[in-house]
Amino acid sequence: MGTKRHFRVWRGDSSGGEIQDFDVEVNDGEVVLDIIHRLQATQTPDLACRWNCKAGKCGSCSMEINGTPKLGCMTRMSTFTDDETVTITPLRTFPVIRDLVTDVSFNYEKARETPAFAPPEGLAPGQYRMRQVDVERSQEFRKCIECFLCQNTCHVVRDHEENKEAFAGPRYFIRAAELDMHPLDAKSDRKDYAQAQQGLGYCNITKCCTEVCPEHIKITDNAIIPMKERVVDRRYDPLVWLGRKIFRRDQLEHAPAYPAAGQGSGNLAPGDPAGGTGVAAGTRFSSARPPAAPDLGPDGKLDVAELLSQRAGGPSPFGDEQTFPLPNEHITYHHPEIGKDEEH
Amino acid sequence: MTTRIERHHYDVVVIGAGGAGLRAAIEARLAGKRTAIISKSLFGKAHTVMAEGGAAAAMGNVNSRDNWMVHFGDTMRGGKFLNNFRMAELHAKEAPDRIWELETYGALFDRTKDGKISQRNFGGHEYPRLAHVGDRTGLELIRTLQQKIVSLQQEDYAATGSYDAKIRVFAETTITELVLDGDRIAGAFGYYRESGEFILLEAPAVVLATGGVGRSYKVTSNSWEYTGDGHALALRAGATLINMEFLQFHPTGMVWPPSVKGILVTESVRGDGGVLKNSEGKRFMFDYVPDVFRRQYAETEAEADRWYSDPDHNRRPPELLPRDEVARAINSEVKAGRGTPAGGVLLDIASRLPAEEIKRRLPSMYHQFKELADVDITKEPMEVGPTCHYVMGGVEVDPDSGAAFGHVAGLFAAGEVSGGMHGSNRLGGNSLSDLLVFGKRAGEHAAAYADALPTRPKVATADVESAVDIALAPLNRQSGENPYTLQQDLQAVMGDLVGIIRREGELADALKRLQELKLRVANVGAFGGRKYNPGWHLALDLRNMLVVSECTAKAALERDESRGGHTREDHPKMDPKWRLVNLVCSLDDVGDVHLDHKPVPKMPDELIKLFDRTELSKYLTDEELAAYDALTGEAK
Repeated sequence: MGTKRHFRVWRGDSSGGEIQDFDVEVNDGEVVLDIIHRLQATQTPDLACRWNCKAGKCGSCSMEINGTPKLGCMTRMSTFTDDETVTITPLRTFPVIRDLVTDVSFNYEKARETPAFAPPEGLAPGQYRMRQVDVERSQEFRKCIECFLCQNTCHVVRDHEENKEAFAGPRYFIRAAELDMHPLDAKSDRKDYAQAQQGLGYCNITKCCTEVCPEHIKITDNAIIPMKERVVDRRYDPLVWLGRKIFRRDQLEHAPAYPAAGQGSGNLAPGDPAGGTGVAAGTRFSSARPPAAPDLGPDGKLDVAELLSQRAGGPSPFGDEQTFPLPNEHITYHHPEIGKDEEH
Repeated sequence: MTTRIERHHYDVVVIGAGGAGLRAAIEARLAGKRTAIISKSLFGKAHTVMAEGGAAAAMGNVNSRDNWMVHFGDTMRGGKFLNNFRMAELHAKEAPDRIWELETYGALFDRTKDGKISQRNFGGHEYPRLAHVGDRTGLELIRTLQQKIVSLQQEDYAATGSYDAKIRVFAETTITELVLDGDRIAGAFGYYRESGEFILLEAPAVVLATGGVGRSYKVTSNSWEYTGDGHALALRAGATLINMEFLQFHPTGMVWPPSVKGILVTESVRGDGGVLKNSEGKRFMFDYVPDVFRRQYAETEAEADRWYSDPDHNRRPPELLPRDEVARAINSEVKAGRGTPAGGVLLDIASRLPAEEIKRRLPSMYHQFKELADVDITKEPMEVGPTCHYVMGGVEVDPDSGAAFGHVAGLFAAGEVSGGMHGSNRLGGNSLSDLLVFGKRAGEHAAAYADALPTRPKVATADVESAVDIALAPLNRQSGENPYTLQQDLQAVMGDLVGIIRREGELADALKRLQELKLRVANVGAFGGRKYNPGWHLALDLRNMLVVSECTAKAALERDESRGGHTREDHPKMDPKWRLVNLVCSLDDVGDVHLDHKPVPKMPDELIKLFDRTELSKYLTDEELAAYDALTGEAK
């Protein structure tokens, strides 16, 4: 009952590689990961690919299938036509180790920099009381299986190695949002932290992360936008704005809201991303902080808030004409190399 | 020798980064020890994420009549009284604290109306007892422990400027050998999967938390990591394994379509109202209630259906019998020709609950089957059958400390890799609480052991050299036999001959075939280089899978009775004499598995008095019953 189908798989390592062609048997009801296993068992025993549960629960087998970031175990072969060629390439945003395996340590570094849950003082274990409706909001984000497809898709870091230092990515925005919405978390500055230390301001809400999330977490709508709105509320509060007009600006220049972050620039772009482990003391938001002015850009004008864009999704980084998946014959693959591809 | 080996020094090395491993590492770090965590996959991908139902702990949040004694009784009953009573006791007593502790790490369990942790019903548990998060409790557990470890690393960073100062995660690293100094643990040797480079961790204490052995079976819910590494490492280091004949076959794994074959349908589907039907549409479980359970289970569909809303005045539906009973019932129906074409039966929740309710109660289940197989569980029944799921057997340990028996010091085990806690059959929900309770204990005692040592054991160069040779051997035989073929052959032997229903002739045959496979595995080859080479990794895992399979087959042949996760078609009855016996596996000098009989530890008076005589009479020998009567003063 099996039929031979054509596959193109990128093989190589950090020194380079190429797409290789394979004809593999495909049976009813199989997924792309089944095919990779068959390749390993019959043609290429050393083809490197991460996987674990094969049930869409661990988030290991992240790859790009016909150009779309997906889980290999969740991509049914029946979603392709019988004569369709399937092209499998590694996650583009991370350095290749070998074949389909990439070095995702970027994500674990960002995880370490995100401040952990702060248990409420004076509550012994067993005394925690929370309402179901209250925990459900954070539970949505705790569904995350850490497949890092959102991190891979996000155009802030995809092909922009230089942004990686300042930008934590969608995975860690939902972590911040989850803790922000946690009914008993004792830290109250999660949003401001996301803005000041995680680079929330870089995100211009193209929703690519939400689109690729295999757990269907509404990353943009339920985590990023609410956090941005609150931050923006404060920054662009009309009274604050009025106050700035009334008082002389030089009276307000001092005492920046985030002494540890980016030398008092109130820009929406993030400040100094270092720290963020409780060591970055002084980031705590207090309603008593003096009003801060939005900074002017180099052209002397105010930043344009992306929330004012008339299109909810914002412009696609790939351009409005591009539709996915890409046609097979047009896919080539060249893994970005740090240092050599700077001209982007 | 020119091979480069990276060396590290730690106080405690934890092998395995699932729930038990992470919990052990947290405890060792809290005790101030420099701790290494070895993870075969990326950090946070462990098989624990697959646990759906929940973590059993007698918190009494939903039914205040629940307490540790009821939980203890259920656990012993589930394990057919073969459990190590002390482990079952500690587990029942400490599980609530371990769950509450997780909330202080940031876990968000589902809540009751008054804001406490909600608890759900599960097969074999008398009261609603499973703390849960929808049907992704395992993921919540892993994420919580993972984030706790990160928060400890952040504390260390604040104190020392290095995240890795006190606790370091070695992701995608496999340990191939434990290194000994005499009969004491001196360290662990392995390789980074990414680079193929070797690593030696010198440490006086090692905690094994490597999980199970399911990859030796054809149909399994287990991930590729479950190759019995910890079981094999323990054997080779001189420790012993018990209860290896007891493997749990989850009654309801998907059998169709192939993309989801082996994937579990959580028991909460049945707890929430799902029923099992054969191809004739009959709800057959009523025909399979064993005598020992008849008093607790409903006899009519009407009574069973009333139980979901009024559990205090009705008996529970037979779909909630312990797992082994359900697995056997499904097997019998299929063998009698009343199964589906794919060899399963139908699990129907679609006709029992409104679609919205199913999606609310079982979100991942709904989502998973919709995405993976285009099956809508709110509209159609699922095709399910038995799947290899959990190994009850494992490293024989001291119940209080998790220290391995046999002739090795400094070795500890926790979670699925340890044996004794679950007896012959594990209750659903007891594994998540098991790994928390005994993970903590193993970490604590490993730290104390490292503290108490007067001198550090030394790693001998010759041992490291031989470990390197063994690890490189498959790569030096590029034209040797294909590891994938060998794995398939092993899976066929275990699945067909040492599966859910066993016979003497087949088991003897299996042992012969395992010997043949042993010779072939000795000649396994791996094509390619050392860098992230899955063929090479599998070639190295095979010898672990093989020795553990041999233990299972040998013990299964020896135990001529049926009990829990071990069903002998030629000896279908439970034999009270066998309840007194643990089968203990060890390795002899030439590397063959040696089997010993060892008495099961005897329950102390205050614990055995928790059970009533009618119940005990189904399990105990006449002499034991007489002793019980003398104890309680009860007349015949």
